Amino acid sequence: MPRRAPQGTQAVQRALGLLRSFTPEAPEHRLSELAAAHGLHPSTTHRLLGVLEAEGLIGRSPDSQAYRWVPGAPGAGDAEPSSRQNGLRPLEPLRTPFHRRTSARCESGAWRDWSGYTCVETYEPTPEREYWAIRNAAGLIDVSPLFKYEFSGADAERLLGRLMTRDFSKSRTGRVMYTSWCNEEGHLLQDGNVQRLARERFLVSAAEPCLRWFEDCGWGMDVEVRDVSEEIGVLALQGPRARAVAEATTTGIDFGAMRYFDLAAGAVGSGAGAAPVTVTRTGYTGDLGYEFWVAVEHAEVLWDALVEAGQDHGLLPAGLLALDMVRVEAGLVLIDVDYVSASHAEIEVLKVTPAEAGLGFTVKLDKQADFVGRRALELEHERGPAWAMVGLEVDWFELERLWSEIDLRPQVVGQPASREPTPVFAPGGWQVGQCTSRFFSPLLKKYVGLATVHADAAAPGTELDVEVAVGYGRRRARARVVRRPFFNPPRKTAVDATPGVDE
Amino acid sequence: MTVEPMAVDGVVSGTPSRGGGRFDAIVVGAGHNGLVAAAYLARAGLDVVVLESSPEIGGATRSQEAFPGFRFSVFSYLVSLLRPEVIHELDLVRHGLLLVPTASTLNPLPGGDCLFREADPQRTYRHIARHSRRDAEALFEYKLEMRRMGHLMYRLQRAAPDELAAAIGDRVAESAEHLDVEVSAEVADIARYFLDLSPVRLRSFVQMLTMSSADFLGQWFESDVLKAALSSSSIIGSMLSPRTPGSAYVLLHHYMGEIDGAYREWGFQKGGTGAVAATIARAARSHGAEIRTHSPVARVLARDGRTAGVVLANGDELRAGVVMSSAAPQISLGRLLDPEDVPGGAGAGLVERAARWQSGGCAGKVNLAISGLPRFECMPEPGPHLSGGITIAPGLDYVDRAYDDAKYGGFSERPFIDMIIPSVLDPDMAPPGKHVLSCFVQYAPYELAAGSWNEGQREAFGDAVVRTLAEYAPGIEDQILHRQVLVPPDIEAIAGIPGGNIFHGELRLSQLFLLRPDPAAASFRTPLPGYYVCGSSTQFGGGISGGPARLAALRVLDDLRRPETAGDGGGAETP
Ligand SMILES: Cc1cc2nc3c(=O)[nH]c(=O)nc-3n(C[C@H](O)[C@H](O)[C@H](O)COP(=O)(O)OP(=O)(O)OC[C@H]3O[C@@H](n4cnc5c(N)ncnc54)[C@H](O)[C@@H]3O)c2cc1C
Repeated sequence: MPRRAPQGTQAVQRALGLLRSFTPEAPEHRLSELAAAHGLHPSTTHRLLGVLEAEGLIGRSPDSQAYRWVPGAPGAGDAEPSSRQNGLRPLEPLRTPFHRRTSARCESGAWRDWSGYTCVETYEPTPEREYWAIRNAAGLIDVSPLFKYEFSGADAERLLGRLMTRDFSKSRTGRVMYTSWCNEEGHLLQDGNVQRLARERFLVSAAEPCLRWFEDCGWGMDVEVRDVSEEIGVLALQGPRARAVAEATTTGIDFGAMRYFDLAAGAVGSGAGAAPVTVTRTGYTGDLGYEFWVAVEHAEVLWDALVEAGQDHGLLPAGLLALDMVRVEAGLVLIDVDYVSASHAEIEVLKVTPAEAGLGFTVKLDKQADFVGRRALELEHERGPAWAMVGLEVDWFELERLWSEIDLRPQVVGQPASREPTPVFAPGGWQVGQCTSRFFSPLLKKYVGLATVHADAAAPGTELDVEVAVGYGRRRARARVVRRPFFNPPRKTAVDATPGVDE
Repeated sequence: MTVEPMAVDGVVSGTPSRGGGRFDAIVVGAGHNGLVAAAYLARAGLDVVVLESSPEIGGATRSQEAFPGFRFSVFSYLVSLLRPEVIHELDLVRHGLLLVPTASTLNPLPGGDCLFREADPQRTYRHIARHSRRDAEALFEYKLEMRRMGHLMYRLQRAAPDELAAAIGDRVAESAEHLDVEVSAEVADIARYFLDLSPVRLRSFVQMLTMSSADFLGQWFESDVLKAALSSSSIIGSMLSPRTPGSAYVLLHHYMGEIDGAYREWGFQKGGTGAVAATIARAARSHGAEIRTHSPVARVLARDGRTAGVVLANGDELRAGVVMSSAAPQISLGRLLDPEDVPGGAGAGLVERAARWQSGGCAGKVNLAISGLPRFECMPEPGPHLSGGITIAPGLDYVDRAYDDAKYGGFSERPFIDMIIPSVLDPDMAPPGKHVLSCFVQYAPYELAAGSWNEGQREAFGDAVVRTLAEYAPGIEDQILHRQVLVPPDIEAIAGIPGGNIFHGELRLSQLFLLRPDPAAASFRTPLPGYYVCGSSTQFGGGISGGPARLAALRVLDDLRRPETAGDGGGAETP
């Protein structure tokens, strides 16, 4: 509950003075003690501390009524990288390292939980401008809640070879590989990116925790797997102007030569305050874009630099709703929405193989290393997958036809992507699958969706029926199976010089 | 202890006068199971009377305004095991069922630390990751497996064990010739489910039947605090340490619970658990059942090798061809039964086995009236954690030591305590601003090495509880306005459970399935035709579930429809 600050510069000075009392060495102070030390009336002290607390600059101690230093809060004594200390005060929401910046811009007050973090759903009341910024200028998305695991040691590559369906003997330092990982039955656990930072050092990003799985699979190997999720903040800079913004802020990286899924180290900002960053040419938008990986203590420097440079390029911070819209256009599947991780699936039918989740291209059966799930996936390869992830498209005339039944023009724009699974039918017939993500793309001018359907209904051009909401009713709209992605601009992979090889 | 009974409409005291004391069925005991049995029979059109020895209904589910303005859930405190079938078939919501969920569990730890588990899995992940990231991940998979096991138990609970055994035998032998039991499609279905269980699932099931919960949990987790927290459900009501083989089954028993299909959800009944009994009583009465308190049954009456009614302690006789007893085996198959009456000479063995039934209590209840909310060192401010469960079980060694005290005949000096604050969930439980704190405490053996429980020992036990609480919620000792301390002999005296075991008998393999409450009575039928058992000591009993009574009542109704199959003696007649 924010409290009102006392007026005037004196109050600011006093507040800063109080804040400076909190250091890692002296993290906790009682109200009475602070009031005495700063020569302030207890009620003034109480109000000032209230403001500092409401701003997330200080916290409360778990064990008493004392106030407490917050790791990473600027102004307070030097910040260590924040750790899972966060959880010490069990009722406090988790904040990403960009939270103070994102919250200052979040006009809508619309927040969503992402892996326990409070994240912006839309900055403005509707996501449209943020969506268009990504497609037409640049969007800046805080994706810090991703789980991140650092693999280091002589056997790091070997462990990845065992865990992952991709072939890591082919990975090179300075490259990122997108991969799936499965359980013994070949059922998909997760998908994610793996950065090769050095010969013996990798960074795996994942949507859900998986330290235990990684550690157990690496039993007996010379590799350390470390959960660095809370040590690294991540900003995705995405859209046609992403490169211009990146170039204006970052030193030490030749963006013109950077290929899709390349990785480079550089710095953002200048002088003593410069923030070392790792930049990957990756993203979840299907557009030109980069992801900036930064130690949490430098997070705000990065944000400020990108936002400031971005002003000249139409950059807007974008929330999760806009991200969800563009990732559907890019045909990218989302865990727990388009597929269920085998480690979460309560019943067998919910489990899928990578091929069934549309990630068959990540499975390299010709690789040398024996990997978890290989036998099952080889069998599947012989037999063919039972299900397929397809793109579905409903064209404009079909939408007009349905809406004219209730005497309206199609009411489809301005709606965020829906994640409620709806049935997909053979034309006029039985259910053949389900559509798990869909929306009307104002860019493509079509209603597009991702659906899991029986393999024999998956050929491009196949006609299927999907349920769409028309007024209060549900109607079956005729859809066509199309290849994913729905949107795939050349700029996504373009490079200046001789084009590189895409992974 | 002065007991102020909570009034329930239409419950009358004394001997029924109706119909010259003739009924279609008599139910012994007005605990929640007895009331469920009566409701099902009355709903089927039978003329039913429930006879309860004590001044009020409810048995171990009772509320009491022990001090002006402060209402206690005297014994049982949370609901989860109550069968959805019972809720829906008896229309309990219409009769007053109102369950407020307790969404979280807080385990305070020494030094102001804690383990907190919330409804939101992401946040729970973060809380546990502070202790072990591996465990935070493993918890998800553990819950998934336990949910599957809970579902397995859910299926098991839908059939009487003898039927199920027959159905499984049927399938195995693939010939029904030698089996005398006709099996319904549903039971056959359940049997098929069991025979088709995957080896992995079967392994979990066998592990749960045989292992200690500490070992079982040790397969999943590394952190002591989480293992201790999860093992709480494995010792509730049982004279077992988390390190005692067999305790994993008690864990599973508690994982059978759900509310509206939501697995492992627990809820607080508005008004306390006494209101659950009152709700079921209303349902029973709405179908015409009569409920009589102050009516202790002394004996089951038999004529010509079958049940004829009951004799009350005052000598009055009531007639009925069907008698169901919800009391513990020492009463139902012991005191109430004259071995001579049981046909085929089966009576002596039955009575003797009932005497050996293991139902020594191990738990006490300390109910506190307090002047304000407790301030837990780990989370001093009021917050959602106070509307969930709060458990003092800071480590496996701690709980094991608490058990050791009881093993050698003392109460635990530093006990395991499972708390809720009913007044946070239901403001009607205490005057505004004041609260009631319900503490379920282990271990408190039925008999102390130092002799039987007396006032001094009872108070010393209460002091140990308050002292322990004060370690985690400093200042609580000064907030206490009134205190009610109940130990197993009190449970025996008030709720009528011999030994005071909360489940009417330990939940261990030797007293489960076909052996509960006796090999000759596992079908709810006893060897005396027309006499049935239906309380917590029967199939899957224990806890506020109504499940045993429902199955028992359905069996009675089935037997009345198909007299030729009823009872070992055969030839039962419709009353
Ligand atoms: C301290 C404690 C805490 C508990 N906590 C929980 C909890 O939180 N959640 C949960 O689900 N379960 C809990 N339980 C267990 C649960 O309350 C019991 O298992 C359940 O209420 C038993 O119901 P019942 O109807 O089978 O038997 P009872 O409730 O024991 O009822 C049997 C009735 O029969 C009567 N009777 C006995 N002999 C005669 C006779 N000869 N003539 C007439 N009447 C007779 C008794 O007086 C009694 O009223 C707890 C139990 C206790 C003791």
